Amino acid sequence: MSENLKTIMKTMNKATLEKIRDEYKSASGAVSKRIIVCAGTGCIANGSLAVYDALKEAVEKSGASLFVELELDQHDCKDKVHLSNSGCQGFCAQGPLVNILPDETMYVKVKPEDALEIIQKTVLNNEVIDRLLYVNPANGEQSRGQLDIPFYKLQNRLVLGECGHVDPENIREYISHNGYFAAEKSYNTMTDEQVCDTILESGLRGRGGGGFPTGRKWHLTRVVEADKKYVICNGDEGDPGAFMDRSLMEGNPHRVIEGMMIAARAINADEGYVYVRLEYPLAVKRMRKAIEDALEAGILGDNVFGSGRTMHIHVMEGAGAFVCGEETALMASIEGKRGMPMPKPPFPAECGLFEKPTVINNVETLAAVPLIVRNGAAWFNQYGTATSKGTKTFALTGHVANTGLIEVPFGTTLREIVFNIGGGVMDNDGKISSKGFKAVQIGGPSGGCLTVEDMDLPLDYDNLIAKGAMVGSGGLVVMNQESCMIQIARFFMNFTQNESCGKCLPCREGTKQMLALLDDIIEGNATMKTMDLLEEVGHVVKKASLCGLGKTAPSPVLSTIAKFREEYVEHIERKHCSTNNCKALMDITIDAEKCIGCTACARKCPVNAISGEKKKPHSIDPALCIKCGECHKACKFNAVMGF
Amino acid sequence: MKTEPNKSLRQFQQVHEILEANGNNKARLIPILQQVQEAYRFLPPQVLTYIATALGMPIAEVYGVATFYAHFTLEAKGKYVIKACDGTACHVKGSSKLLDTLYDTLKVTPKKNTTDDMMFTVEAVSCLGACGLAPVMMVNDKVYGEVSSDRCREILKAIMEEESVVKE
Repeated sequence: MSENLKTIMKTMNKATLEKIRDEYKSASGAVSKRIIVCAGTGCIANGSLAVYDALKEAVEKSGASLFVELELDQHDCKDKVHLSNSGCQGFCAQGPLVNILPDETMYVKVKPEDALEIIQKTVLNNEVIDRLLYVNPANGEQSRGQLDIPFYKLQNRLVLGECGHVDPENIREYISHNGYFAAEKSYNTMTDEQVCDTILESGLRGRGGGGFPTGRKWHLTRVVEADKKYVICNGDEGDPGAFMDRSLMEGNPHRVIEGMMIAARAINADEGYVYVRLEYPLAVKRMRKAIEDALEAGILGDNVFGSGRTMHIHVMEGAGAFVCGEETALMASIEGKRGMPMPKPPFPAECGLFEKPTVINNVETLAAVPLIVRNGAAWFNQYGTATSKGTKTFALTGHVANTGLIEVPFGTTLREIVFNIGGGVMDNDGKISSKGFKAVQIGGPSGGCLTVEDMDLPLDYDNLIAKGAMVGSGGLVVMNQESCMIQIARFFMNFTQNESCGKCLPCREGTKQMLALLDDIIEGNATMKTMDLLEEVGHVVKKASLCGLGKTAPSPVLSTIAKFREEYVEHIERKHCSTNNCKALMDITIDAEKCIGCTACARKCPVNAISGEKKKPHSIDPALCIKCGECHKACKFNAVMGF
Repeated sequence: MKTEPNKSLRQFQQVHEILEANGNNKARLIPILQQVQEAYRFLPPQVLTYIATALGMPIAEVYGVATFYAHFTLEAKGKYVIKACDGTACHVKGSSKLLDTLYDTLKVTPKKNTTDDMMFTVEAVSCLGACGLAPVMMVNDKVYGEVSSDRCREILKAIMEEESVVKE
């Protein structure tokens, strides 16, 4: 940071923010081209850092001047190229992504070898390279950029707004997008009550799963008298299949910090913790850097925006326990204890971290807060349904053409998400199949399944609960016709069984029994009584567990039983898995056209289940077969079917 | 076997520094254990005892925390910790095949998950949050997306080759 800037930032107030914003804006307006390379975890895994380096080298080679960080003096920026990294742009399946502004040209699956061509053609001569544009797999249509790619066009990116655009490690760029103005407003022109009221009026509900009204939570904590209060940002995103919190912390960490500051103002807290999962090293790094920068800029610290108030934020890394996503367990973990949930009441609002009143909110909830304070409750209110306001991010994954991170208003239908934004369902070979849709698993291990019937259901908190599912953190896993629902149920049961903290019996033992019952079904040892027992145990676990983990652990099983009862019955009564995923129930046959009668399989079979004459097609006796797979390994002609 | 008189002192020097850096604060037990594990690659029992004494806590409590969280290990891990994601998205895109390939290639099992030469440890984890690129695996801090069995073998081969160069 330049000395000049340091002096400006010493007196951090609204005027300083405006000065930084305006100078940065005019500087970035003067550059001829802006190249943004996505550096979210997904794109980095696909090699985007090498693309960044190659682009940098190519600009230097071409003789054009390059900026990696904008200087405040706008005259210097004229006709130069500004190259930067961004956080997750959301379109993970197509990475590495390179976005070129102001043309709004977006290149997908870019390789370092493409760098020179991009600079010479697109950056210096405004030519579009067709080869690198996105092609819609459903209809073969080419799209130029975010303005016309259906994946982006149909979304409403508010919370994710600057994510994937701003450089997450540059605080000035965040300020240039009106960042920290809402925090300044809340500290200097609003009372704590007004802040809480604004959030309450906006109808914002917790995005971590529960859906409790955020404004009410803040009010409850605000009215408690105490010498010390805390704000916690819950970034322990443990649901398998969800990555919106990671993307936000990686892509726009300052927005999360600003949300925490406003929450702190609302309840009069002076200290905050961001609890981040250990599995997200990049999010930890970027959050730490952002906090340091905000502190250096005088935004955080002992005199926030000259209001005389204090606010400090620490980053705490988790240590690998899913149950720590539960708020009381998370607080125990920050205190250095085993992360086990505590009974409520007392609620964190009265007795939370270190026994002080505490507000604990999810990353996405906090990231929505600055927008509400800046634009007003009514602005936020216009999005969503009667009971669920605003937008929700979903991690769209599984058997769908466009996997990635999306944001849509509450009330959007599944059809819109899967077929229009997601581009349709894919079969196991990666081809779009029009009849392939089987189900969507929503809400991770706490959620349930939606099927073809629910295609036109407006997605919101209450509609999903009514269907036995839940918004959860927003994982949306699409499954095609080749997926076995009992295997999916078992997958989640195995997960919650592993992650059960062991504190209370219904969850600890109940999940174990449910898993064993599911294994019986999958291995062909079940009767119809098994399913009754499975449901009965499920209801007990649901009723008698202490925390959210146990209370919702049976949901994936109960929901699949409700929606796919026939598939369970097929497994139990006919000992058959029509999707051929359950090894013990597989139909193993020999393809008579491929079999040449070499007898290799018959000689290998340990139970003599294969018979046939030499040089003639053989056959397997299903009554004897133990499905060990030796015949499949022995066959050189791929004639053994079913594995 | 004779032990050098200062050896045990030197062993704890690093733990001592970590404890100091965290202000000998009980509430910072988890960061302390994380840093110790980073330094030693695992949590040796005598170190847990040392930490407990230094923080004035019962050993059982420290042990309780160290065994509660999946990240902490009381046994030495390999130089390369491979986390293969078995989250929902990876699961439906075939992560079990990836795990099998890892186990087969490195000749380890879910129970004995570290290679004899202490080079690799294979862990199945619930979600790495890179679901758009399923199946995913992570080698130390580096994430690899869309890992097929072949690609997995290539990645392992590259690491092994690099290691044998270093050794020579």
